[in-house]
Amino acid sequence: MTIQEIQNEIIAEFSLLDGDKEMILTYIMELGERLPPMDESLKVEENIIKGCQSKVWLSTRLEGDKVLYLADSNTQITKGLISLLIRVLSGQKPEDIMTADLYFIEKIGMGQVIGSQRSNGFSSMIKQMRLYAVAYQTKLQS
Amino acid sequence: MSTLSAPTLDITAIRQQFPILHQQINGKPLVYFDNAATNQKPESVINALNGYYSGYNANIHRGIHALAEKATAAFEDTRKAVQQFIGSREVEEVIFTKGTTEGINLVAATWGRMSLQAGDEIIISTMEHHSNIVPWQLLCEEKGAVLRVIPISESGEIIWEEFEKLLSAKTKLVSIVHASNALGTINPVQKVIKAAHAVGAKVLVDGAQASAHLALDVQTLDVDFYVFSAHKLYGPTGVGILYGKRALLEAMPPYQGGGEMIAEVSFEKTTYNVIPYKFEAGTPNIADVVALKAAIDFVNQYGKSAIAAHEDALLQYATEKVGAIEGIRLVGTAAHKVSVLSFVLEGMHPFDVGMMLDAKGIAVRTGHHCTQPLMKRLGLEGTIRASFAIYNTFEEIDTLVSALKDLAAKRKK
Ligand SMILES: Cc1ncc(COP(=O)(O)O)c(C=O)c1O
Repeated sequence: MTIQEIQNEIIAEFSLLDGDKEMILTYIMELGERLPPMDESLKVEENIIKGCQSKVWLSTRLEGDKVLYLADSNTQITKGLISLLIRVLSGQKPEDIMTADLYFIEKIGMGQVIGSQRSNGFSSMIKQMRLYAVAYQTKLQS
Repeated sequence: MSTLSAPTLDITAIRQQFPILHQQINGKPLVYFDNAATNQKPESVINALNGYYSGYNANIHRGIHALAEKATAAFEDTRKAVQQFIGSREVEEVIFTKGTTEGINLVAATWGRMSLQAGDEIIISTMEHHSNIVPWQLLCEEKGAVLRVIPISESGEIIWEEFEKLLSAKTKLVSIVHASNALGTINPVQKVIKAAHAVGAKVLVDGAQASAHLALDVQTLDVDFYVFSAHKLYGPTGVGILYGKRALLEAMPPYQGGGEMIAEVSFEKTTYNVIPYKFEAGTPNIADVVALKAAIDFVNQYGKSAIAAHEDALLQYATEKVGAIEGIRLVGTAAHKVSVLSFVLEGMHPFDVGMMLDAKGIAVRTGHHCTQPLMKRLGLEGTIRASFAIYNTFEEIDTLVSALKDLAAKRKK
């Protein structure tokens, strides 16, 4: 699926939750639980995303011309949030990741649900994921 | 707390005085349990702010016109109200600051710089707020002095024997929290002050969490410095109180230079104003100081003992109900506590609990509560903290308990 198709799918799922904050958070936590486990050996200092209130580890690798992301967090809501990003961006081409318009975030009303502190953390995650894509893109082109 | 003497409060009527409480959050009635961070303001305080700005805003002390007279009188009336509220001998011993944090920094920068030498020691406790740690660290670094820390027990109480061992002729200051913001523990400050004075040390008490709950008489306590913040006392943000004994305040150098704090300025030599003005450089936070009097009147109207009796009952009820939920562990089980209930829910991060409670309209605080060394000692990243004030009800605690039961059932085991 393309980044756009996945985003539309997420928007459709969240629309079923009727904007109820409690239901949305519960759903986000459930998504976190479904995130593929990250090996403990990857949970090292250099994989920690700076700028998040809770701890978030992110590691990546390139498979063919696709970027694969693995992540974990010590809090369940954050884990759910990053699982959304992984669902949208993992397995996509670096170029597409770099240029993707992540409109689903606003469409599902993420800002109101998670508040300003976590929104900042969320932005840091996206930034970090894009940085990896940029690095892979350079590598692929060389 | 004696239940015999305390008159029961009409909580419904009291709630009517707090406009902010009557709103919905996420479609649910607001339950405000973040009172240890800041408590809400009664209408009388809000009206005092409004009344000042719409009726007699003027710069104080130097003016000769009617508005300046009125503003000065209101400003100084608050000082008198604070004097009575804390039981200080003289009104000049009451200094207005921005808050607890500034009060501690003021003492560190003036009394501390003047009195400390290399090798001297300052004693604090493990449960201090960062604002009663960092100013002393800075001072110790500057002076080559040593910071000593009183250890605590699992229940969150200072270990008295260990404190006694730390005391010596080298001890110049003991700076300790009256009631812990993270655990609720009430420290035996009277005893601490006696023991510290016996070795010739001065004592600063951080009363941020005590001012709205505990009876206070600085003369009986014989405390050297006592600091607190108006915003935790139903008053406005941006104002705090530093009480200091006259002799100490007079011996201390000024904190900041500027207007108000001088007697006479020349390029050759400037002489300083008398206390309290020596420590109040610049135009103070007049409006908020004026409104603080309304907050003190509010507390006095009901009496701290009646307020404490209500809060103690809430705490006891919450301790039983929350403590009985499977998966919840209470943090801080001291025998004497203010109305702070700290806990963790096994298998769920405090941030997640806090956000889920917020979705249900319940405001609590989560995290380290600006007490990272304490959290480290307890082996925790943070806790969830519910703290109660005069306007909270048993029904609100029931709401919290039922929300927590939901979460406890949902969490991954
Ligand atoms: C025990 C304690 N000390 C100091 C402070 C700092 O107070 P303020 O931020 O009002 O200066 C607080 C506030 O959270 C506190 O609870």
